[in-house]
Amino acid sequence: MTLIAMPEADPTVLARRADIVKELKRFLPETSIIVSEDERRAYDTDALTAYRQLPMVVVLPETTEQVSEILGFCNAEGIKVVARGAGTSLAGGALPAEDAIVIGVSKMNQVLDVDFDNRTARVQAGITNIGISNAVAHAGFFYAPDPSSQLACTIAGNVAMNSGGAHCLKYGVTTNNVLGVKAVLIDGTVVEVGGDWLDAAGYDWLGLLIGSEGQLAIVTEVTVRLLRTAEGARPILLGFDRVETAGACVSDIIASGIIPVAIEYMDKPAIKVCESFAHAGYPLDVEALLIVEVEGSDDEIEFYLDKITAIAEKHAPQSLKVSQSEAESAAIWKGRKAAFGAIGRVSDYMCMDGTIPTGQLPHVLKRISEICESYDLGVANIFHAGDGNLHPLVLYNMNDPAEMVKVEECGAEILKLCVEVGGCLTGEHGVGIEKRELMTHQFDQVDLDQQMALKGVFDPQWLLNPAKVFPLANRPKPAQTGQRVAA
Amino acid sequence: MQTNFSAELLKDPAMQASEEILRTCVHCGFCTATCPTYVLLGDELDSPRGRIYQIKDMFENEKPASADVVKHVDRCLSCLSCMTTCPSGVHYMHLVDHARAYIEETHDRGVLDKMMRSVLAFVLPYPSRFRWSLYGAMIGKPFAPLLRLIPGIGPRLAAMLALAPSTVAPRSALEGPRTIAAKGERTARVAILSGCAQRVLQPGTNDATIELLTRMGVEIVLPEGEGCCGALVHHMGNETASHAQAAQNVDAWTREIEGEGLDAIIITASGCGTTVKDYGFMFRDDPAYAEKAAKVSDLTKDITEFLEGMDLPEAVVETDAVLAYHSACSMQHGQQIKTAPQKLLKRSGFKVKDVPEGHLCCGSAGVYNIMQPEIASELKVRKVKNIESVEPDVIATGNIGCITQIGSGTDTPILHTVELINWVTGGVRPGALEDVILPGERKAGENPFLAAAE
Repeated sequence: MTLIAMPEADPTVLARRADIVKELKRFLPETSIIVSEDERRAYDTDALTAYRQLPMVVVLPETTEQVSEILGFCNAEGIKVVARGAGTSLAGGALPAEDAIVIGVSKMNQVLDVDFDNRTARVQAGITNIGISNAVAHAGFFYAPDPSSQLACTIAGNVAMNSGGAHCLKYGVTTNNVLGVKAVLIDGTVVEVGGDWLDAAGYDWLGLLIGSEGQLAIVTEVTVRLLRTAEGARPILLGFDRVETAGACVSDIIASGIIPVAIEYMDKPAIKVCESFAHAGYPLDVEALLIVEVEGSDDEIEFYLDKITAIAEKHAPQSLKVSQSEAESAAIWKGRKAAFGAIGRVSDYMCMDGTIPTGQLPHVLKRISEICESYDLGVANIFHAGDGNLHPLVLYNMNDPAEMVKVEECGAEILKLCVEVGGCLTGEHGVGIEKRELMTHQFDQVDLDQQMALKGVFDPQWLLNPAKVFPLANRPKPAQTGQRVAA
Repeated sequence: MQTNFSAELLKDPAMQASEEILRTCVHCGFCTATCPTYVLLGDELDSPRGRIYQIKDMFENEKPASADVVKHVDRCLSCLSCMTTCPSGVHYMHLVDHARAYIEETHDRGVLDKMMRSVLAFVLPYPSRFRWSLYGAMIGKPFAPLLRLIPGIGPRLAAMLALAPSTVAPRSALEGPRTIAAKGERTARVAILSGCAQRVLQPGTNDATIELLTRMGVEIVLPEGEGCCGALVHHMGNETASHAQAAQNVDAWTREIEGEGLDAIIITASGCGTTVKDYGFMFRDDPAYAEKAAKVSDLTKDITEFLEGMDLPEAVVETDAVLAYHSACSMQHGQQIKTAPQKLLKRSGFKVKDVPEGHLCCGSAGVYNIMQPEIASELKVRKVKNIESVEPDVIATGNIGCITQIGSGTDTPILHTVELINWVTGGVRPGALEDVILPGERKAGENPFLAAAE
């Protein structure tokens, strides 16, 4: 079947299931506890549906206090916990375990406080990424990181995975835009890390929590940095007849010192599908398309578009088109943001996520096609070219178990390639379940031991988001039930 | 998404269609964000993705529908907001329709629930029964708070009475069957669906449509034998009844198509439009009806779709009214008509404003506001708040369900788009504006300041 193993469920925990549910009812309303198998089934996966595990119980707390009670209970009883935002992870970050309780934060979706003077907003962790921007748009502000799933994904998940997005080329990823969090430790202790300021005294605990994939704590509130919306923004579409030329054009734009808001890449198969969904006017006869967006005042936009056009023309683009209206720009982005889903119209896929130095783009793109071809699998490439964050979608038939194995092997080879050329295994989707066994290609055992030692400080029993991130082999022995987090 | 249907199961064409739909879903979760029940309840089980998953599990394992699955499918409004959002083109409507029919086959709802559904299915699609029941409701209205206390169906009965109007509109003088000649040279010949609930609750809508279209040179036929489009029972999972009602309409319209011919079948309630446009799919495996039904669906147009490309009569009334346009789910999601009504209203001189969170359902959704009163009423409050945030003088929409639902929560007049267009271009004043003067209302071309001073 699949190369990625899940550990055996602990039968002693499963045997106590009924008692556990009874205990949970002490601090949660009925509507927040999901028990029946029919209902738990809908929580057995996230957006990486190749892997599925029926959780023992699902709980949907409404307050930080409830999260604290649940975690305190789980810690005392030695029960594993998987945190879940909107379940949009493409790396299986929210994949449950059969002997684990899933804690979903989707009911905690309110904006708590907006401070326009100091450009911050405090929100509950289950609010969607776009929900934050929508809440402040009327005053001319926005929250910058914009994962393609921003319509649905939660800030909780963004913090867990240190998510990026198309516009992170200019504005940075989650860690550059979050100022503070309220989080619950495994023993139920509620901690506040960071605050309303850009940097805090002492160790960068916030930097540690962001991107920790739900393995150190569960975040229930987030204070984000708000930015002024630019006066205007306009994308330009650059089409090329060769994949490598598009890659070279990206390298040149970055090397020239211009920082556009976004440089997005789509290849021919992706363009066709996205165009049929969004009617964005993408050129259909090119092999590779770049969406380059610049923003600012009209003069600024003109200036940068001229510069980018001049650079692009050196690479003899097959087509070059500047968006002429807000509606056209919206359609261009709609197509790009919905790209992964839209590919679902034609095929199942495994979405890869690796990062490489932008100078390596032409070489890596060529190798990706060769690798996929050697496995006899199709590939559609859609990614954030500006920061070298690749998302090859390897196409396969999910109903064919043999192809399932092939796609895993093919994906692994692509990610190893990213590491080989000086890049890394993850750009913005995290390690999750998908890349767990590949971590040894990025880190040696000493590195991994250090990271796992740190994990053990926060979570001595290794209860939080089990079986993710670190290879199953060579893990330290977890502490026994009852041992508390070191004060 | 991976599926696991047995070959035996896939011999059923309905299962095959559903399997194909499930295969296109990539489980990305985008749909959760725009689903009204997920926005309110924050539970995946009450989101499209969660429902798709529950339906898949039920179908492929050939399980009878469990009470849990029924609860979450019943909570679905069928607003189809998910279909607008879905990048993968998952045909949720056909999947959930299939699930509802499967539920009716495999799940015992219990006596009270079944009775409630039977009564609604017996009354609503039939105008004379519905009209009589409204008289009954007028008498019952004062007892609503008491009825609410009856365990089980109390809240539903109370919701039903709350929605009933306090007076019953007189029958239209133009009720069919009949043909109404075009004024002047005939440019087109169309059928108008007389429908069921709308013609009892708001006869003015079809009257205005007839008045407007005949003035524009369109001959109108209200054919013998047509009735409810079938949507009401269809959404309750009663396929036998919905197909029978649909077949009756297909027959009625086919006689006209094959007789004097039809250029369009005009629908003035977008909920019905979504269903009639789906007749082709409904009868796809029925050799006797497949072709005729597809033809009917092909000819079907919402009234605003039909008017969009035409020259309207010259405006004789002008106003400075701010108009909030509420796009019914069946309009924007079901039929994907997103701009035609607003453009027509702008052409007719209104200051048209879109409503924030316009993609979210008002909670009407057929008989949803009776069957799921709690969620429906939360959605109504949210919708009215959003509409009132643009401070409208009048609200226009294209579906009778929304008119009843929103109208029960606001004092701002709410009426069908076509009634407003008909009025400003020289037709009768809409009933909803009988006691209301809109800001700056004047004869076309008159000086607004002088008009105000009068």
